Amino acid sequence: MSEMSAAHVLDKHAGIARELIAFAVGKQEFCIDVMSVREIRGWTPATVLPHSQSFVRGVINLRGAVLPIMDLAVRLGFPPTEAMGRHVIIVVQVGSQLVGLLVDAVSDILTVTDADMLPPPDVASDMAKRFVCGLLAIDGRMISILSVDNILPERDDGEAQ
Amino acid sequence: MDSLRQIFFQECEEQLAELESGLLEIQSGSSDDPEIVNAVFRAVHSIKGGAGAFALEDLVRFAHVFETVLDEVRKGRLTTSDNVIETLLRSADVLSDLVRVARDGGTVDEARIRTCSEELAALSGVPAAGETEEADEGFDDIGFTPVTVALPVFDDLEMSAEPDGGTEYTIIFKPYPSLYSNANEPVVLLRELSRLGEVTATCDTSAVPNLEEIDPEGSYLSWTIQLRTEQAEDEIRSIFEFVDGDCELTINDGSGLEESAAPVDDEIEALLARVRGEVEEAPAAETATGDNADAGSGSFGSPDSLMVQPETCDAEKAVQQPEPIAPAPQPAASNAVSSGDTEKRGSGQAEASKAAAPAKNDNKSAVTEAAQTIRVDLDRVDRLMNLVGELVINQAMLSQRLSEAGLSRSSEFATGLDEFEQLTRDIQEGVMAIRAQPVKSVFQRMPRLVREVAAATNKKVRLVTEGESTEVDKTVIERLADPLTHMIRNAIDHGLEKPEVRVANGKREEGLVRLSATHRSGRIVIDIADDGAGINRPRVRTIAEEKGLIQPNAQLTDEEVDNLIFLPGFSTASTISDISGRGVGMDVVKRSIQALGGRVSISSRPGEGSTFTLSLPLTLAVLYGMVVTVAEQTLVVPLTSIIETLKPKPGDVHGFGGDARVISLRNNFIPLVDVGRELGFRSEAADPGDGVALLVESDGGGHSALLVDAIQGQRQVVIKSLEANYGRVPGIAAATILGDGRVALILDVDAVVAGARVGNLGQEAVLAMAG
Repeated sequence: MSEMSAAHVLDKHAGIARELIAFAVGKQEFCIDVMSVREIRGWTPATVLPHSQSFVRGVINLRGAVLPIMDLAVRLGFPPTEAMGRHVIIVVQVGSQLVGLLVDAVSDILTVTDADMLPPPDVASDMAKRFVCGLLAIDGRMISILSVDNILPERDDGEAQ
Repeated sequence: MDSLRQIFFQECEEQLAELESGLLEIQSGSSDDPEIVNAVFRAVHSIKGGAGAFALEDLVRFAHVFETVLDEVRKGRLTTSDNVIETLLRSADVLSDLVRVARDGGTVDEARIRTCSEELAALSGVPAAGETEEADEGFDDIGFTPVTVALPVFDDLEMSAEPDGGTEYTIIFKPYPSLYSNANEPVVLLRELSRLGEVTATCDTSAVPNLEEIDPEGSYLSWTIQLRTEQAEDEIRSIFEFVDGDCELTINDGSGLEESAAPVDDEIEALLARVRGEVEEAPAAETATGDNADAGSGSFGSPDSLMVQPETCDAEKAVQQPEPIAPAPQPAASNAVSSGDTEKRGSGQAEASKAAAPAKNDNKSAVTEAAQTIRVDLDRVDRLMNLVGELVINQAMLSQRLSEAGLSRSSEFATGLDEFEQLTRDIQEGVMAIRAQPVKSVFQRMPRLVREVAAATNKKVRLVTEGESTEVDKTVIERLADPLTHMIRNAIDHGLEKPEVRVANGKREEGLVRLSATHRSGRIVIDIADDGAGINRPRVRTIAEEKGLIQPNAQLTDEEVDNLIFLPGFSTASTISDISGRGVGMDVVKRSIQALGGRVSISSRPGEGSTFTLSLPLTLAVLYGMVVTVAEQTLVVPLTSIIETLKPKPGDVHGFGGDARVISLRNNFIPLVDVGRELGFRSEAADPGDGVALLVESDGGGHSALLVDAIQGQRQVVIKSLEANYGRVPGIAAATILGDGRVALILDVDAVVAGARVGNLGQEAVLAMAG
């Protein structure tokens, strides 16, 4: 599935430059398409939701809207983030919903063409299969391109229930 | 076209409501104001007219028969006996069905329509069939030219003309623009006139301005009609009935008129000449003055032009205008503006406006002083509502920050903030008032229901409604209709006795169902009362026992027995009737009321009747809640579900089975729900001694105690959806944002209590009932 979607992405955007926001989670680097990012804000304590999955940190007030926060570290299989002031929430739009992704730090904005993108390796990691739709090799760094759609909490809720 | 259709159907709804309330008023005999009959007639006529435009033939045909009868009533030829009114009310129901079918599709009960048409036809003395000619007449020959016309255009003229005898009337007919904007058409009126007798019509085109000055929606033509007829003047007037107020109409039987009319014309001519002369100097003001000249000739001065008047006419001229000036139907607002302007401009103009004022009042057509309304997209109101919600939160945040900053309450900031708070609250109330609607819109559906249920059960029922103007949020109103319908059905079907039983018990044969609404302490309270037999408690008990809802020997108070009818799966009707009762009765009612944040209670006296009382919040956008702390989380518990709060003493709490606990309260044992554990905030049971218990009422009227750590206070909170960006959360109804800017969750009391229940529901119900 991840391969298919990666191939799809590559075909569709072949040769067109696009911008990605790169950020750190744990010790690894990830990026998402800048077009899906609505804003980036500092960490504020979230209100815990009962019976939520471990990667759901809770909800915060985003100018009057109730915004769910996903701990991307837990989602990707790392230990939970001990969130502090320096942590960052990337607010992304998925479909009609807004979701906040808790990450360690935003590093930079990358402009890449699809020629730069490599398909994800075929490893057993659940994370790689579900969330990573491509890889970038830049200055010796490896940056995984995340597919925001699969981070959606409700879809996971649906599976869980 | 679709939007026009939509408007038509919206208006139909309004007309139908007016029709029904008018008929009921006539029935009650409380007023013999002829205006009511007129209003009823107009309602049906307007529906017919609109339906004709949309080629809804069934509707037109029926409305026409209906209208014919109403016309007889209006002319006093048919007295409104009970039978007649009954037929008219039934016809109103049929009409409403036809409108609904025309709008939503579906089928109509042809037989019912036929019966009703026949009854109506019998009343009016006209056969029902072949009555549609008037309606069938198209509007295709409208293309007339604004020149003098000697009406041979209307070919049916000669047939009906009666050259000999009769009176010669001179009719001066000057439409206002509003006549056209209400989709009336002078040619149709003239054609109607021609049915009465011999007609010679002259069109006065002198008021038509030059093309570049013409207002496409203006009215510049007037007609002088010579009519020789044997009919009375009233007949002529009745033709103009529906443009009453939208035109100036003079009817003169004799030659007097021509003399009086001529000078007016001269004056108008003179005035027009003046006006045209001034055009050169003040081209910008032309339209306004031009319109005023029209007003002088009996046409319409639009509100705009009236406002401009003081700037463009000098005082002398304004005074000089011929007296019948006037009377442009205009909104009161513009009236105020124009006179306000005038006063500023000195006495000369003040007089001018005074001179005009009585003329306005004289014109009986002048605007009915109805409050003006606009239709607004609900989305816009909701958006405004959301923004105001933000404002409220923001204001709360500001004031919290301010107090954290340690500023004294008397500082300028604090007083400024107080004013801000006051303003915010006013705005919030203002916006909520936009969404508020009188409960009338749902109450007025009930008379029909009562008629139908009464007919189906062979009972005689009188429905009395009170407090129809009580206002409540639109959403609440929409969601009230079903529960109310159900409860009224129940009241008639189960509550009221059969007429013979009633008589035997010394009651009036006719049962009484009273539906009333009042505001009480920030909530709307709706009573549905009947004067029937009251709840048959032994029977309710037996059924509850049979269905296993209670233990056979359970000790229950009368109130508790009454509340059994709200349990799921309870139905007292031994045979399922068409009207009510398939066992999905009162529990559904109760659940839908609770979903609105409301409560239902019953009081019943054997032999005297039952009263169901609904208490509902006025709005769904805000909620009064108790802010509590549970495992370091802040939660809001809706105040409506809290009965009381108590501090449990260690000895009051007992283990009950494995994990459950109960708390003893006034010799009852009530399940104790540990909210923190229930929501998964902590795994260990909290020590009741450290916390506070909230006694709540939940589904089925059962009581439970919610154990929380502490109470922070009571507050009005703005309800925020969790589902917009996330999804449903078990045990949580919604979210809100508190003064510190953080999200707090609003507890779904029923879900939490239900979640805490273990074992079978029946047993639980007993336990709950015991509380």
